Amino acid sequence: MRYMDEYRDPSIARSLAARIRARVTRPWVLMEICGGQTHTIMRYGLEELLPREVELVHGPGCPVCVTPLEVIDRAIAIASRPDVIFVSYGDMLRVPGSRSDLLRVKAAGGDVRIAYSPMDALKIARDNPTRAVVFFGIGFETTAPANATAIWAAKHECLTNFSMLASHVLVPPAIRLILASPANRVQGFIAPGHVCAVMGYSEYQELSGECHVPIVVGGFEPVDLLEAVAMLVDQLESGRADTENQYVRSVTALGNRGAQQRMAEVFEISDHRWRGIGDIPASGYRIRDAYAAFDAARVFDTGQIRVEEPAECISALVLQGLKKPADCPAFGTRCTPEKPLGASMVSSEGVCAACHAYRRHTA
Amino acid sequence: MCLAVPGKVLETVEVGVSRVAKVEFGGVTRQIYLDFVPEVQPGDFVLVHVGFAISRVEEAEARRTYELLEQMGALADEGLESGGGDGLP
Repeated sequence: MRYMDEYRDPSIARSLAARIRARVTRPWVLMEICGGQTHTIMRYGLEELLPREVELVHGPGCPVCVTPLEVIDRAIAIASRPDVIFVSYGDMLRVPGSRSDLLRVKAAGGDVRIAYSPMDALKIARDNPTRAVVFFGIGFETTAPANATAIWAAKHECLTNFSMLASHVLVPPAIRLILASPANRVQGFIAPGHVCAVMGYSEYQELSGECHVPIVVGGFEPVDLLEAVAMLVDQLESGRADTENQYVRSVTALGNRGAQQRMAEVFEISDHRWRGIGDIPASGYRIRDAYAAFDAARVFDTGQIRVEEPAECISALVLQGLKKPADCPAFGTRCTPEKPLGASMVSSEGVCAACHAYRRHTA
Repeated sequence: MCLAVPGKVLETVEVGVSRVAKVEFGGVTRQIYLDFVPEVQPGDFVLVHVGFAISRVEEAEARRTYELLEQMGALADEGLESGGGDGLP
């Protein structure tokens, strides 16, 4: 495929690794935020190409992993109603709630369907006017514009049987939280290219300035990620702390204004709870009051749900780069992708699942 | 989840309030919403996520980046690199 295969060229990857080796003089700890980037790093064994001075830790950018347990429980409660068609991105179905998951609701006869796009859920609503169709709209800034558009279009079409259980999170507040931890080890970040395709990177420039931390907006192919690491090492070795853009073919400084406007029309910034990490101020979106009729959390009364994580799961520390999956006594034994204890083992983009799948048990 | 894939716009049509495109991904075509990239034309490459194009892939930029990287690859072929893993397929 054009614009993909070129960026998987092994000889280019090795020459980038050689450039990093030639430049590095001391240890540096870098974090990639996005679960898609984590997946590429594990799949292609990129850490094995890097000099031992460069350590990659893997960040919280898997939306499936950080969707709060109480939101999963609310999804399960709504999906269990006989009058509801519950539509979700596929990777949410196996995410464990506190007692069950959506796949088990489906097995027990619930009408739970998988969609590729929120617009597919809208079509299901049009085709089933007597049923309530609820879409499980989760995601980072990459996905939020699409989810916002489904709500916006439903209002525009005067659809009365469509709503969204929404849980949207934002990357920059998570970076701030990681940097503010007294135990933080991360010295440079690879910012998520697809989030920045939507948002641009001015917020990251502010972060670089405020926190004196180098950030490189990176793509998702092996060569993209190695180049981003090389750019970060260049900055660190020369004492710079700027935001630079490696993913120039898809990301501009201002991002996608149309997508940003659509999100701002439907969503507003709110405090948000991240699974495993806890509450982060102003780190998510909620549906604006003008669109309350499309907010499943307000349409369906599921009561107050407040639940705690399994005590044994250390994903909070893993997602902040403070621990590695292999540090967890349950990793690969009591917690596997088939029977996950915590969410970072569920999605293929979750750091624990990626480590497990590619046997990078030391990563 | 945040995976976005580049594809080639084959044709565009208006559907209700949206403009949609038939986009090809390595032989498979899908209907993709163009709400956020109203300027794209058939022949353009777009980055697609959950049924929406979120940006236009700058062809010149993609080519320039690749050529730069290829030059580095050529350097590596001349023995200026100090070895490396074989993790890539």
